[in-house]
Amino acid sequence: MRVGVVTFPGSLDERDAARAIRYAGGEPVALWHADVGLARVDAVVLPGGFSYGDYLRCGAISRFAPVMRSVVEGVRSGMPVLGICNGFQILCEAGLLPGALIRNDVRTFVCRDQPLTVENADTAWTSAYQAGQRLVVPLKSGEGGYVADDATLEALEADARVVVRYAGANPNGSMRGIAGVASEDGRVVGLMPHPEHAVDALTGPGTDGLGFFASLIRSAVAA
Amino acid sequence: MSVVVEVMPKPEILDPQGQAVLSALHRLGFTEVSSVRQGKRFELELDGDVDGAVLARIEEAAATLLANPVIEDHAVHDEIA
Repeated sequence: MRVGVVTFPGSLDERDAARAIRYAGGEPVALWHADVGLARVDAVVLPGGFSYGDYLRCGAISRFAPVMRSVVEGVRSGMPVLGICNGFQILCEAGLLPGALIRNDVRTFVCRDQPLTVENADTAWTSAYQAGQRLVVPLKSGEGGYVADDATLEALEADARVVVRYAGANPNGSMRGIAGVASEDGRVVGLMPHPEHAVDALTGPGTDGLGFFASLIRSAVAA
Repeated sequence: MSVVVEVMPKPEILDPQGQAVLSALHRLGFTEVSSVRQGKRFELELDGDVDGAVLARIEEAAATLLANPVIEDHAVHDEIA
């Protein structure tokens, strides 16, 4: 399975994302923000970082990168997309996921190994987990506060589109402790924590993050 | 001619930057300030005169890029230099 990883100017985590895909048995394909077309990939990961220096708003300029036109077209035809941290911000700015990310309520950059609870284990990116499962993956962001209006939050909860929630103390003021959400069809998932940094015990808090990538690869093998 | 676009966080959206500025003001003795909300101001220089059609275009630009309607309000007005 070919999984594209987009590098924007200012992306940081595309190598870890590619490595996570490889660990899960997929073939990472490097994509560039200025690419037109997606090189026949089966899925796309938008990695973390500070694309375009976070100028204007996080993700606000990246969402108009040429490659994003192809990503939006892909999403329309059911292509799975995972946005991690800055990638999540880009997906929200692009309107592919509801809500927005604002500055942490604690007013500081938060960098820690963060416990999470898997709320929905039926998405394209979480089927390798069990609902209710506890994960620990790194969280490292200054603008990770998830916000949406009440109607959107109610709809997300009612349709089980909250994918992961912060366990224990809320690290950044995210509404309802939301760490990640999914599109209606569960193919597009965005989250602020970094599962790609938790795929190897040598460099991460463990391997809890590998399941996001394994979910994608396994579902493709099963299909 | 120039057009100004002002962008503010929506009233119900938390503004940690404004809060940090408020506490700094209080530390400096400006205790009469009770609230700070921090926004953005964009000054756009345009070729030619600003008419209704131009303002409508800038409104579209503001809603598309300069502001995120999920968390921000914006206002477009022509600025007489």
